[in-house]
Amino acid sequence: MGDDIVRLGPELALLTGAAIIVMVDVALPQIRGADRGRARLMALLGVVAVAVSIGWSLALAVGDEKGPAFNDVIVIDDFSLFFSFLFAGVAGVIVLASVDFLERNHFPAEYVALVLAAAAGMMLMASSVDLIAIFIALELQAIAFYIMVAFSKNEKSAEAALKYLLLGAISSAITLYGMAFLFGLSGSTALDEIAVFVRDAESDTRSGLVVAAVLLTAGFGFKMAIVPFQMWVPDVYEGAPTPVTAYLSVASKAAGFAVVMRIFLVALGEGAITSDWAVLFAILAAISMSVGNITALMQSNVKRMLGYSSIAQAGTLLIGLAAVAANDPQLLLGASSVLFFLGTYAFTNLGAFVAIIAISNKIGSDQIADYAGVAKRSPILAGGLAACLISLTGIPPTAGFIAKLYIFDAAVQADLVWLAIIGVVNSVIATYYYLRVVLNMYTRDPVEESRFLPSPSLSVALAVSVIGLFAIGIYPSPLIAASESAANVFASVS
Amino acid sequence: MVSFLIFFPLVGVLLIAFLPKDREENAKWIAAATAAIILALAIGLFAAYDRTDAGYQWIDELTWIDSDVAEFTLKYAVGLDGLSLPLVSLTAFLSLVAVLISWRIDLRPKEYFAWLLVLEMSLLGVFSSLDFVLFFIFWEIELIPMFFLITIWGSGNRVYSAWKYVLFTFFGSAFMLIGILTLGLSEGTFDIRELSQIGEISGAILPAGAIFGLIITAFMIKLPVVPMHTWLPDAHTDAPTAVSVILAGVLLKMGGYGILRMSLTIMPDVAKDASVYLAALAAFSIIYGAVMTLVQTDLKRLIAYSSVSHMGYVLLGASAVGVVGLQGASMQMFTHGLITGMLFVLVGMVYDRAHTREIGELSGLAQRMPFIAVMMVIAGLASLGLPATAGFVSEITVFLGTFEKHEALTIVGVIGIAFAAGYILWTIQRVFWGELDERWSDLTDANAWWERVPLLAMAFLILAIGIYPNVIMELIETGVIPISERLT
Repeated sequence: MGDDIVRLGPELALLTGAAIIVMVDVALPQIRGADRGRARLMALLGVVAVAVSIGWSLALAVGDEKGPAFNDVIVIDDFSLFFSFLFAGVAGVIVLASVDFLERNHFPAEYVALVLAAAAGMMLMASSVDLIAIFIALELQAIAFYIMVAFSKNEKSAEAALKYLLLGAISSAITLYGMAFLFGLSGSTALDEIAVFVRDAESDTRSGLVVAAVLLTAGFGFKMAIVPFQMWVPDVYEGAPTPVTAYLSVASKAAGFAVVMRIFLVALGEGAITSDWAVLFAILAAISMSVGNITALMQSNVKRMLGYSSIAQAGTLLIGLAAVAANDPQLLLGASSVLFFLGTYAFTNLGAFVAIIAISNKIGSDQIADYAGVAKRSPILAGGLAACLISLTGIPPTAGFIAKLYIFDAAVQADLVWLAIIGVVNSVIATYYYLRVVLNMYTRDPVEESRFLPSPSLSVALAVSVIGLFAIGIYPSPLIAASESAANVFASVS
Repeated sequence: MVSFLIFFPLVGVLLIAFLPKDREENAKWIAAATAAIILALAIGLFAAYDRTDAGYQWIDELTWIDSDVAEFTLKYAVGLDGLSLPLVSLTAFLSLVAVLISWRIDLRPKEYFAWLLVLEMSLLGVFSSLDFVLFFIFWEIELIPMFFLITIWGSGNRVYSAWKYVLFTFFGSAFMLIGILTLGLSEGTFDIRELSQIGEISGAILPAGAIFGLIITAFMIKLPVVPMHTWLPDAHTDAPTAVSVILAGVLLKMGGYGILRMSLTIMPDVAKDASVYLAALAAFSIIYGAVMTLVQTDLKRLIAYSSVSHMGYVLLGASAVGVVGLQGASMQMFTHGLITGMLFVLVGMVYDRAHTREIGELSGLAQRMPFIAVMMVIAGLASLGLPATAGFVSEITVFLGTFEKHEALTIVGVIGIAFAAGYILWTIQRVFWGELDERWSDLTDANAWWERVPLLAMAFLILAIGIYPNVIMELIETGVIPISERLT
């Protein structure tokens, strides 16, 4: 039991932090309306909780405190630690990026607590190895997100939240249906026991497994935001408070990929079924990239543009998943390329959203046309946003380039040249809409001349992202090593 | 040593970045000093290169990404040989020229000169990389400064032209990336030195011909080869003068260099099979470019199209797959860089003064700007390949090398020279000779030192190489001999 608690430390730190924040809020004298001091205090407490969580993960990693917990429902390995760091880090940046928003909001404590709870849920998603635990973790983060999307409390935000809630509920139901199939066929909810069943499966159960795989892909496809399960993305991205949009686009997507990797690489990782879902992922990858990019070309709102671009990026990530299965199971290039891509994508996309939050706060618009001349009014923000967009395009010397190189490398190694070619053609299309924003900021004349600077917390968040994306672009070896050891988890299973 | 050379421009960029806003006009001095130091270094390397022991020299090498799972090792490896050293020197020289002729830039000068230096860095990197992925990285970095330089400081339809340029290049490099990955994964290395030793490619997931096609497409877009040239006239016309100089002088050579260094050296068997197609494309580019040049009315567009024609000779020389042809091709890259760079400088000066580039509107300018006219005549004669100029040396070498292999196509190429004589002389006659229009009576000559020094230096080099080509030919020979050995 003691070991169990220690191994769950990173999640518990966040949840305890969330509880403390809510209690502190009750203890403080109640003020009607917005309260700047309270917002800052809550953000500070949130960052402290994140720091404790990261420290704990670090201790687990260094002290080699790995292994199963709670009757093998949860496992702490390199893979779950990778995501513990990722989600805690992202939550920290999101809290920092939300300070401006919270200073104008009436419920800062609840918001920060929800951010932390969602992060804990996503960490649990990555470390659960039992279908029931996975589903509970999934719901924990989903419910937190439903509330956060509605947090602006205006019409658009409410509409977005309702849409997200309804579609999210449907996707949960589909996920459960898929899980039921797996359980029904194998008689177990533990992933490794299902794996044994799948490996020895007779051919007459194959169709049942295919149905389960398709249902699970559909259910988690909602989280990963891949076509055709992306319908909610543009409206929710546009309506939600921008920090929440950033959180959704980076963390929620990564959590979806983490679970899919756990389920598909462990439970469905061997036997005839692998080639079936590999084809499924390859096709979804091609469709997601193409649909996401072509629709992104037509957007005039920068948040919607990033929404569609995140669909396209999810498609690129699926290339890595398709490459895993098409390959020799021992060769885990595809899995590590997905992990590396998620890590760099976190820096890049967070940076882009942070810059957009700072710019939109000042110019009061999300329209790409209104970004004209931002470079003159705020060279730092324009430079930061340009760096992030260039990284999303995949131009060196940024992290995005290495990620692209790595994932296409995996595809080529897995004989998926056709998919890699669709990928590179899509990256050319993407250049246009990413650089169009840069072009607007640098070559057009601003409507007003007044200069502005980002607030301190946004500056820190942006600096972390931009330094990170250049550091990874120039010296990617540490992150590559981390991704590879996390991916190795799947090698030892099979 | 070479690493220092490549990354030294960033020192200039940093200094410019910390320049206070109220003294931003000093950015040009920093840029000029940086470019001058690089040029001095490049000249030093040019002189110090050991011609008796050819091969890569001053190699810097370290492992950059080493991945067990991915089974690949990416290196940071740079070095220079007889093929890359002339182009590195050319880059250093034309970058300094570009800084000097931008002396009067007053729109956002800090950013302008910083981007010029970043551009120089990426070009130096492309020519010095000894790892195919590193080469690709520098190849892509170059797009960012070009995009900003054309969109912010360009003229005319600059945004459209910049997009066209970036998207064309990006499209080509997307395919090159697939080619590089397939090639590197089947051979287990991305090191150019090792790739230059491999035998026939087998076991790759794509046939060797497809890999060759994927990679050379990117180079042919950059060179450019008709029909993939349409970005060039637009980009040239709308770019600021200094950028046109770099674009014509060095950027196009990235394509030629790639063809020689990668396509021919790494996949010699496929290259030999493809040789006649390459020659046909080259001949077509030469004639098409020349005919298009004749009908241009805009001075910059005219020179841009003449570049298409002239770069055809590079491909023609390469298609000969023999030592003389390769020598001619790399010689043509070097001399075209000087000559066309100089032509763009001159056209830029005329445009700065007259504010038009329409040939029909200009006449008799020699009376007002005798210095520019004389320089124009030198550059023009070199461009049409008059003996005793650099242009003659390179073109005759190309023809000598190619004639044996592709007789008919070489003759077609020679016809291009006749066109060149036509459009160059006709243009000079219309613009500089004849009656002086009232409108142009108060134009001034190139009097400032920052105008005269670059022009005189370029004219000197063009004549010097024309009279004594061995100064550079010897070096190039050491560079192309290993390639021709692979091709036999």
